Amino acid sequence: MNVEMTVNGKTVKADTSPSLLLSDFLRENLNLTGTHVGCDTSQCGACVVHIDGVSMKSCTLLAVTVDGKSVTTIEGLARTANADLHPMQLAFHHNHGLQCGFCTPGMIMSAVDFAKRTPNPTEGDVRHWLEGNICRCTGYQNIVAAVLAGAAAMQAQAGG
Amino acid sequence: MNVHTGIGASILRKEDRRFITGKGNYVADIKRPDMVMGVFLRSPHAHALIKGIDIKVAAALPGVAAIFTGADLAADKVGGLPCAWGVSNADGKPMKEPPRSAMAVDKVRCVGDAVAFVIADTVEQAREAADAIEVDYEVLPAVVGVLDAIRPGAAAVFDDIPDNTCFDWECGDAKATAAAFKNAAHVAKISLVNNRLVGNPMEPRAAVAEYDAGRDHYTMWTTSQFPHVVKVLMGNFVLNIPQHKLRIVAPDVGGGFGVKQFLYAEEIITTWASRKVGRPVKWVNERSEGFLSDAHGRDHVSEAELALDETGKFLGLKVRTVANMGGYLSTFGPNIPTNLYGLLLAGVYTTPAIHCEVKGVFTNTVPVDAYRGAGRPEATFLLERLVDVAASEMKIDKAEIRRKNMIDASQYPYQTPVIVKYDSGDPKACLEKALEDSDWGGFAKRKEESKARGKLRGIGLCTYVEACGLAPSRIVQSLGARAGIFESATVRVHVTGDVTVLIGTHNHGQGHETTFAQIVSEKLSIPADKIEIVFGDTDRVQFGLGTYGSRSLAVGGTALAKATDKIIAKGAKIAAHMLEAGEGDIVFENGSFAVQGTDRSKSFGDVVGAAYGLVNFPVDVLEPGMEAQAFYDPVNFTYPGGAHIAEVEIDPECGSVDLVSYIAVDDIGTVINPMIVAGQLHGGIAQGVGQALFENCVYDETSGQMLSASFMDYCMPRADNMPNMEIVTLSTLCTHTSFGVKGCGEVGTIGSPATVINAVVDALSHLGVSHVDMPATPSRIWRIIHNSANQLRAAE
Ligand code: FES
Ligand code: FES
Repeated sequence: MNVEMTVNGKTVKADTSPSLLLSDFLRENLNLTGTHVGCDTSQCGACVVHIDGVSMKSCTLLAVTVDGKSVTTIEGLARTANADLHPMQLAFHHNHGLQCGFCTPGMIMSAVDFAKRTPNPTEGDVRHWLEGNICRCTGYQNIVAAVLAGAAAMQAQAGG
Repeated sequence: MNVHTGIGASILRKEDRRFITGKGNYVADIKRPDMVMGVFLRSPHAHALIKGIDIKVAAALPGVAAIFTGADLAADKVGGLPCAWGVSNADGKPMKEPPRSAMAVDKVRCVGDAVAFVIADTVEQAREAADAIEVDYEVLPAVVGVLDAIRPGAAAVFDDIPDNTCFDWECGDAKATAAAFKNAAHVAKISLVNNRLVGNPMEPRAAVAEYDAGRDHYTMWTTSQFPHVVKVLMGNFVLNIPQHKLRIVAPDVGGGFGVKQFLYAEEIITTWASRKVGRPVKWVNERSEGFLSDAHGRDHVSEAELALDETGKFLGLKVRTVANMGGYLSTFGPNIPTNLYGLLLAGVYTTPAIHCEVKGVFTNTVPVDAYRGAGRPEATFLLERLVDVAASEMKIDKAEIRRKNMIDASQYPYQTPVIVKYDSGDPKACLEKALEDSDWGGFAKRKEESKARGKLRGIGLCTYVEACGLAPSRIVQSLGARAGIFESATVRVHVTGDVTVLIGTHNHGQGHETTFAQIVSEKLSIPADKIEIVFGDTDRVQFGLGTYGSRSLAVGGTALAKATDKIIAKGAKIAAHMLEAGEGDIVFENGSFAVQGTDRSKSFGDVVGAAYGLVNFPVDVLEPGMEAQAFYDPVNFTYPGGAHIAEVEIDPECGSVDLVSYIAVDDIGTVINPMIVAGQLHGGIAQGVGQALFENCVYDETSGQMLSASFMDYCMPRADNMPNMEIVTLSTLCTHTSFGVKGCGEVGTIGSPATVINAVVDALSHLGVSHVDMPATPSRIWRIIHNSANQLRAAE
């Protein structure tokens, strides 16, 4: 089946099988391996990307269902901030919000969408939102701190 | 140097950038030209004879390149998976060590045992073909629980081991312990289960193997915590590949927690198959497949007794544990419930007599091996639960009973009655700090406040000690290790003065690229960003034993410091020549080599330049270049320890346990990077909290099916299950490592299960509850509350 979508600002056309998952399409066909696969039951969130700006688990979507849409992966995130790094990426770095880094792209993509929806989040808001993302390394404490800091930085950027 | 990037600086991690931008290079990301994909067909039965495997239909399906079974491996003389640690029975006889073929040949011994490896152009094709393979099984009765497995008449996992017993190990002094119990004023008892866990690093295991026929050479990329050990075990013991023809690369690895420190069948089969099919072969575990094929952790059933005098002093400790080995012996399996468990049972207490018996038992389950903490969380859980039981039975404050029995700082080095000798520590200081920071004394008030809201509040305390920093080769070999354990590091100073470090440990989240750079930065006074840390590639790093057991900094970091010392010594030689001074007169300070007592000096850069520039260099007495290697084998383990305190609130209506506060006071020796240490503690505590409250690997007792084989059924902590934790570190110095470092990777996981369960039991103590098995799930707690309430009512 033919699909056409925009991935990180570039138009992508492909002839894919109807059963191909978006996560596999990104990783295998486009070599965008920043999107990770950590489970087969849509529980871990390592695969989160943005579809038309909304965070989604790319392992639960078929590539063909994204036809005509715009996809942003971790590799394209900085573009949306017009900077070397997105404020949320920087916040994860500054707050030691990652250890092995495997959950990190999914966490960051999820957090960016959250921060857009929730301009002045509380710690409880963050913990609640991150329910769909598992991190086995950090105990979440620094991830929560990173998301709060990233959200504040995004807010400041939007305001400024 | 403008910014301090050495010891004690919380500098940001050098490795972060590639991870936050999606540029990490994990094994599943690797592609090779002409690569084919492998899929394992795994047994759906826990215990069955393989009567036949028919691959005809499957082999003819589109895209299929090859299908291999255990018989093919055997025909090609592929060896079995070796066990790297043997233990002895109490009578001195060696443990039973049945052979373990890389792929099942005539019998499967757990659900998930691999029976065929299918290779095709795509994963989908390989899966379809695997589905089309016909295996004729004769299903046998299975045993799952350890107590069932040692009952007379239980099904035998191995025909020639009818009692399913791998070993009957003991440590300590049975006679002295029996005598201590005779003199006891009180004996506290407990029976408990240490639940089976699945490590579940977020990155599933994977392997990519490429055979180069032109060079007769293999490269295998794998998710491993110790690539050199994979190279030795697999090359030398299984596939018979000379070491110089085998390269193992463990690039970015997405968490390990012990699970990735074993030699796995998939690594062997993928590597072997790459030669057979003449194309690179890639295999990536699916998560539910990982549940069935990653080695598991814990799984003990224990009974323990503590003898006390009338004042609450511990006189003796008796422990009997039955430990599950699973269906086969994993790489370090026998070492975990013996040496890493029994030898830590003294804890931080002065108990004079200890006796521990451990029976290792085969069952039809996934093999059990080291998982974060490995043996030490089990020892701590047992001991600290028992101490709480003793305290409440004798009506002594839980802090007081610990204080009374603790080893005093002045008693170090402290010889325990179970072989190990703690070099340094101050458990009382940790305890007092934790009591103070947690406002232990103010708990009653908080309990009242909770009660007013209809909640049951409990406080839990745990103290612990850990033996880590594996090495001491002499000691570990006396305990059954079949090789030496040490570490190596090479410091390569480039012509420009930039430094590359090649180290044998592996970084999979611990922040080594930053911490190790800080060590070199401290010693050479150069900024950490001029230092690159290379690991995980056996072609680049000469040798190393990898990362597990919190050994990286204590053993690897010390090797690195020693290699750096050799660089400084070489530099001093060169500087002496340049400054026309005696070598003994040169001191290295603040990045310069100076003639003592003068203002004549040469900068590090000048000296490095001379080492490569060879201007007027007396090459007959001084070798050019600037590179040094050191191997380090310490004299003892390191012994981090500490005290943790947690408070929980239980909702009696639904049984849910809310962890409301957690304080960890840990003595981990010198801290190189406080930010990284806090992160390690957070993660470690979360994993222990996971065991205490959520995680449980459950098998159906009759069929041997795993009932918790996905993230839907195996519950791990998520962001809203964890509180913000308070991390405090104290530092008594380890006496034999560089800078006195001890290690911190596992301490959180060692202290937290007992801390949390002690708090849960405390919250329920008014109901007469003295123990709660892990995990303390809402349904378990709800049932306890209701049963006790009914009992109380009946008694009234
Ligand atoms: S891989 Fe998508 S949720 Fe786990
Ligand atoms: S950083 Fe390793 S899983 Fe989150």
